[in-house]
Amino acid sequence: MSDSPSHVTGTTRVKRGMAEMLKGGVIMDVVTPEQAKIAEDAGAVAVMALERVPADIRAEGGVARMSDPDMITGIVEAVTIPVMAKARIGHFAEAQVLQSLGVDFVDESEVLTPADEAHHIDKWAFDVPFVCGATNLGEALRRIGEGAAMIRSKGEAGTGNIVEAVRHLRSILGDIRRLTVADDAEIFDWAKRLAAPLPLVQEVASTGRLPVPMFCAGGIATPADASLVMQLGAEAVFVGSGIFKSDDPARRAVAIVDATTNFGDPGVVAKASRGLGEAMPGLEIGTLSTTFADRGW
Amino acid sequence: MNPTPRVGVLALQGAFGAHQRSLAALGVPSLEVRTPGDLGNVDALVIPGGESTTLWHLLGVNGLVEPLGERLAAGMPTLGTCAGLILLASDVRDGRSDQGWFSAIDISVRRNAFGRQIDSFECDLAVPALGPEDFHAVFIRAPLVEHVGPNVEVLAAVDGGPVAVREGPVLATAFHPELTGDTRVHRLFMDVLATRTGQVG
Repeated sequence: MSDSPSHVTGTTRVKRGMAEMLKGGVIMDVVTPEQAKIAEDAGAVAVMALERVPADIRAEGGVARMSDPDMITGIVEAVTIPVMAKARIGHFAEAQVLQSLGVDFVDESEVLTPADEAHHIDKWAFDVPFVCGATNLGEALRRIGEGAAMIRSKGEAGTGNIVEAVRHLRSILGDIRRLTVADDAEIFDWAKRLAAPLPLVQEVASTGRLPVPMFCAGGIATPADASLVMQLGAEAVFVGSGIFKSDDPARRAVAIVDATTNFGDPGVVAKASRGLGEAMPGLEIGTLSTTFADRGW
Repeated sequence: MNPTPRVGVLALQGAFGAHQRSLAALGVPSLEVRTPGDLGNVDALVIPGGESTTLWHLLGVNGLVEPLGERLAAGMPTLGTCAGLILLASDVRDGRSDQGWFSAIDISVRRNAFGRQIDSFECDLAVPALGPEDFHAVFIRAPLVEHVGPNVEVLAAVDGGPVAVREGPVLATAFHPELTGDTRVHRLFMDVLATRTGQVG
């Protein structure tokens, strides 16, 4: 046996592989090292470090930016699980800062105020993997074309309302199913209508799944919400405001993790749903002045 | 004796689907293991990569720590990759203070020994037990084996540190054979399984 000198970092395979390791798990938004520890204790597979959870960004308004590096470093040092952090759409300088801080995943996120109204970050230029939101298959494939190693359905963050997450998941997964029965001539038309790179459309048509893992975000507030989106075909869940805006975050965090693992067992989901206190306050989508999901192009 | 051993993949969290695809490529059907009942239905187990702290938590929540510990002590053929290697070790360094492990193979491991995700890498690795061709190995926030017991066979190393080890019915890698098309590690595991079930029968 001999040592191997030729280590290559930042490859597509290690980026997508990292996303693969998070499957079946719950990624929790946290704003302090203390919350990060609560999330880790509860079985979170990763934490998303940010300054304000989406419900507060929504309530307080103003421009939402990348978090303070001190705060991100504090969270990185507090836990042993992977740490993600958000950059504004198109703000590649924020993403460069996050990469230099050693975060394990960058979320180019519509929850923050976009920095560029036409371009997303060229994610191939980075060694750190990126996750991006999508509301439909075309958007998902455009982000993958730009180098995203994970897609999350956007939902509507900070609302505690699952309806948009379900709409986006059904749209993406439904179109994937329809694409698998399209003939070769129809696939060209699909690429045109989706405004997505033809090779990626052809790949999805032949494999029946996205080339990267697909997780779900935006509106998950209860164990049953997690079970719902996992049964619809999400491969893991992001919970933003749903945990730390609820009555008993530690207990709700454990419950949502349990329901995500055992999403197909209603008995476990029922047990996990007992005695959690109040969920986060919910918002009707029609009453929102800003819909985050519309950000991104 | 069951003529075709049933292979389970621990499906609590992580890359279990990728392992199932690797096994399927060898024509081996696999069962997802989430409960003690599921575990009772399999003769061998793959413990995939994922987050070892999360996996340990979920093993506890799902009542699997004790039954899995008993099966491992009884010599169930087991393949652990990355987080799976950590859970099978006899000592874990740089983990959480409340993190447990199964001591199914006599190795000490250090978590995230190669650094954070930005340091994750792939390389060609000589693994003589798999044949003359290098194995393309993918390391993701990978652990490193820092010490091996006298009965542990080191199958491959990076910079002198063991990254693939075997002791009796337990095979473990710090890298992710399920993320490449190369099924030789899974084939080796099936050979281990065949030998063990042969002995039992």
